Amino acid sequence: MSSADIYRELILDYYRNPRNYGKLEKFDIDARDTNPLCGDEIELQIRVGEGQKIEEIMFAGKGCAISQASVSMLTELAKGKPLDWVKEVSKEDVFKMLGNPDLGPSRVKCALLGMKVLKTGVYGYLGAHYDDPDGSDAMV
Amino acid sequence: MLKTEVLDIEKVRSDFPILKRKIHGKRLVYLDNAATTQKPQAVIDSLVDYYSRYNSNVHRSVHTLGEEATAAYESARERTARFVGSYAKQLVFVRGTTEATNLVRFAWGETNVRKGDLIVTTMMEHHSNIVPWQLLAKSKGATLKFVGLHPDGTIDMGQLEDLLRQSPKLVAVTHCSNVLGTINDVAAICAKARSAGAITLVDGAQSVPHIPVDVGAVGSDFYAFSGHKMLGPTGIGALVAKKEILQEMEPFHGGGEMIKEVFLDHSTWNDVPYKFEAGTVNIADAIGLGAAVDYLSAIGMAKVREHEVALLDYAMQTLSQVKGYHAYGPSDSRMKGGVISFNLADVHPHDLATILDEEGIAIRSGHHCAQPLMNWLEVSATSRASFHVYNSYDDIDALKAGLQKAGAIFKI
Repeated sequence: MSSADIYRELILDYYRNPRNYGKLEKFDIDARDTNPLCGDEIELQIRVGEGQKIEEIMFAGKGCAISQASVSMLTELAKGKPLDWVKEVSKEDVFKMLGNPDLGPSRVKCALLGMKVLKTGVYGYLGAHYDDPDGSDAMV
Repeated sequence: MLKTEVLDIEKVRSDFPILKRKIHGKRLVYLDNAATTQKPQAVIDSLVDYYSRYNSNVHRSVHTLGEEATAAYESARERTARFVGSYAKQLVFVRGTTEATNLVRFAWGETNVRKGDLIVTTMMEHHSNIVPWQLLAKSKGATLKFVGLHPDGTIDMGQLEDLLRQSPKLVAVTHCSNVLGTINDVAAICAKARSAGAITLVDGAQSVPHIPVDVGAVGSDFYAFSGHKMLGPTGIGALVAKKEILQEMEPFHGGGEMIKEVFLDHSTWNDVPYKFEAGTVNIADAIGLGAAVDYLSAIGMAKVREHEVALLDYAMQTLSQVKGYHAYGPSDSRMKGGVISFNLADVHPHDLATILDEEGIAIRSGHHCAQPLMNWLEVSATSRASFHVYNSYDDIDALKAGLQKAGAIFKI
């Protein structure tokens, strides 16, 4: 797959016009992480509603098209879902959402940063600890 | 546009076997030399030769292999020292620039820096010339202050002089910025710092590989550089220091080789530079660095510099024609090492690097281990193209075409 396929209209659109971008005035979850490899930075806030549902979700940050489009699309997917749904989200879901681009091992971390922040925040809120299986913390 | 052929580029390129490699079916255009350089066959051969003909430990064994390995290791020290205008007894082999700054932090800093002391560095430093001083300042209760930059990416000498009036203990500065390419007047900085009573350390990781360096003329107390950025192997570098200061300093690591005599309750230290080379040293890579020094000396560092200035001039003109291209740092090639940091409109450097990789072009994207400088530039990252002896005008034309392709994909 060529880079023209990776940077499809969809990804460029979410990069330049991110959905759910900004900060919440009232929130129950606030998580932040960075990808030191390329300086991607994502902060994600959630207001939890009745029945432990994701009532509102916003992200702020900066970084490459893949990281920013990925987290933006993820917030759209997450809105209205129960918190437990976050536990079920897998990296395959994220790749599928992005149109299964052929990303190299270093760019995969860009694509998954949003999911990592989402899981870290929600797990913390539920009193658990999210242990990133890909260990992207270690990547500098 | 003027294309002066300073070097016999085809001959030089044929010395580097990796340049024959195809990346995604394209010719390799390697423009990530500020991160690490490729190795000429002569360096690769020197490693194979050591391991296959005279592998042995140094400074201990009296057998033939031991004598040969010791002679080769010490000869590499001698040639590397001479390459930067110094002497073998003043050159400590280390893993690289980062180990050199950390050696100074521990072996000099722990005894000489006290509570309330001031350490001065600049906004354009690599993390290896920031973090050791943060750690030292924290452990000693000292203060670390940063000299700011002018908009053109040069050091604000007025700010430096203000800080020198506060009598800092240490002034640590880079000779050449790994991001902006700025070549600092380190001789002037060291002279001013010395008058203010400060010890000086110069990070030469980006200067020794690219410009003629005479550490005596620089006049710093410490001068550090890395072998792998100057066509040598990874895992070897040098800390060059004045002999008196090395003699006064405490050891860095304790162990074999660095001692003169060991008793149960105390030990005495070996002579410099061996006092700082505990354990079995990196013999093979030191020999490899010697081979790299020979290779660069045969070309001549003045020629290397002239070649890179010609490439810089060509690149700055050529790339500025690309829509959305914006470069950082000095625009005068005489003030700049062979490195260009830039951004292309709103394309993130990491996305750009992915697109260029598909064309066989290797550039660096990110913060270049210089996050304070990125904040000063008000960017999260930049793309960086950096040159060495084997880069050609064709490489720059390829980069321009790659940037244009990225611009088309991102609809700039």
